[in-house]
Amino acid sequence: MTVLLFTIIVLIGAFAAGLLGSLTGLGGGVIIIPLLTLGLGVDIHYAIGASIISVIATSSGSAAAYVKEGITNIRIGMFLEIATTTSAIVGVIIASQIKADYIIVIFGLILLFSAVMMLRKKIDHSNNEKTSVLANYFKLNGSYPTPEGSKPYAVHHVLGGFAMMFVAGTLSGLLGIGSGALKVLGMDNIMKIPFKVSTTTSNFMMGVTAAASALVYLHKGQIDPAIAMPVTIGVISGATIGAKILIRTKTDKLKVIFAVVVTFLALQMIYKGLTGS
Amino acid sequence: MSKIIKHYLGDKDVQLILGALLRIGVLVSTGIVLLGGIIFLIKQQHEVVSFHDFRPEEAKFSSVKEIILGLKHFDGLAIIQFGVLLLIFTPIARVVFSIFSFLMERDYMYVLVGIIVLCVIITSLYLDIAH
Repeated sequence: MTVLLFTIIVLIGAFAAGLLGSLTGLGGGVIIIPLLTLGLGVDIHYAIGASIISVIATSSGSAAAYVKEGITNIRIGMFLEIATTTSAIVGVIIASQIKADYIIVIFGLILLFSAVMMLRKKIDHSNNEKTSVLANYFKLNGSYPTPEGSKPYAVHHVLGGFAMMFVAGTLSGLLGIGSGALKVLGMDNIMKIPFKVSTTTSNFMMGVTAAASALVYLHKGQIDPAIAMPVTIGVISGATIGAKILIRTKTDKLKVIFAVVVTFLALQMIYKGLTGS
Repeated sequence: MSKIIKHYLGDKDVQLILGALLRIGVLVSTGIVLLGGIIFLIKQQHEVVSFHDFRPEEAKFSSVKEIILGLKHFDGLAIIQFGVLLLIFTPIARVVFSIFSFLMERDYMYVLVGIIVLCVIITSLYLDIAH
């Protein structure tokens, strides 16, 4: 394949990944990796390197909009980043020790999990009972703006959330993804943080987490500029347009269709990993 | 009461600067990647590429030093990789900025939390994992 053709195909694919990723809240990485490996026969190491760059691009791009609205809890983000950055490096180390086929299978399983998470009905568990000693000590409780004024919330099960972030960070480093589904699970269900805060704070943390593993991947030669170029440009333009459409579109149906596509891709990745083809 | 309001305004300012920092970082790095991409495509569009096998020993521009060196030769791929590097440093700059804003708030516990996160990232910069 010539450089020009390769660039055009990846550019279109990355644009679609960025667009769908921001419309469904799934992020770009989960689509970039199957596109490169299944679609274009790119080795998984290069695919992971390109994906981690797309995670940083989308995270920083949308975080810029969120912080302005003042929903992100920077203290929660910073506190949990201790767990996610450390474990991201652990993830990269694991990736260098195990066979590439295993990484592909694990990726497929996470993809399946993400599809389920995307369709699951979200329940807001948040309340304002400041019972957690650790949350009080680390000043994690906060408030966020609503049409009825500022609404306070309390954070719960800090240690459980911290442990969950460790898992999310490990997978982020291992697979080159944002692990948004796991981060939100930890914040919504375990720490009982309101949606508006957990979604934006998790996105806010993703860039920092990905930066830690991206530097290691760069040194390992997994970030190839010829792949990174169309991926970065495609994902950023797709995500920017997606964010604009999102404001005036209902995405329920799209999520169902997308979940089916993602499940199909997941099964193909697992098959690829198991057969080594 | 006035103290609380002041604190809130300070916080809002920090958030605005933080948002601008992230946006500018993404814009500038994408611009550089685009520029490098155009140079690369003009010069090498007909070359044949294959990423079928992972060959780390052939990787060009896999360290800050190599990237800077390539920039001097106006190499398209080096320029792309420089943009990628800036993109990686955008969230890191955010951590540094947060440390300073917590310092201004005299919230020393979070100054420490920020420094820990920064140290972990710096460690990753020097981590050399063989394949």
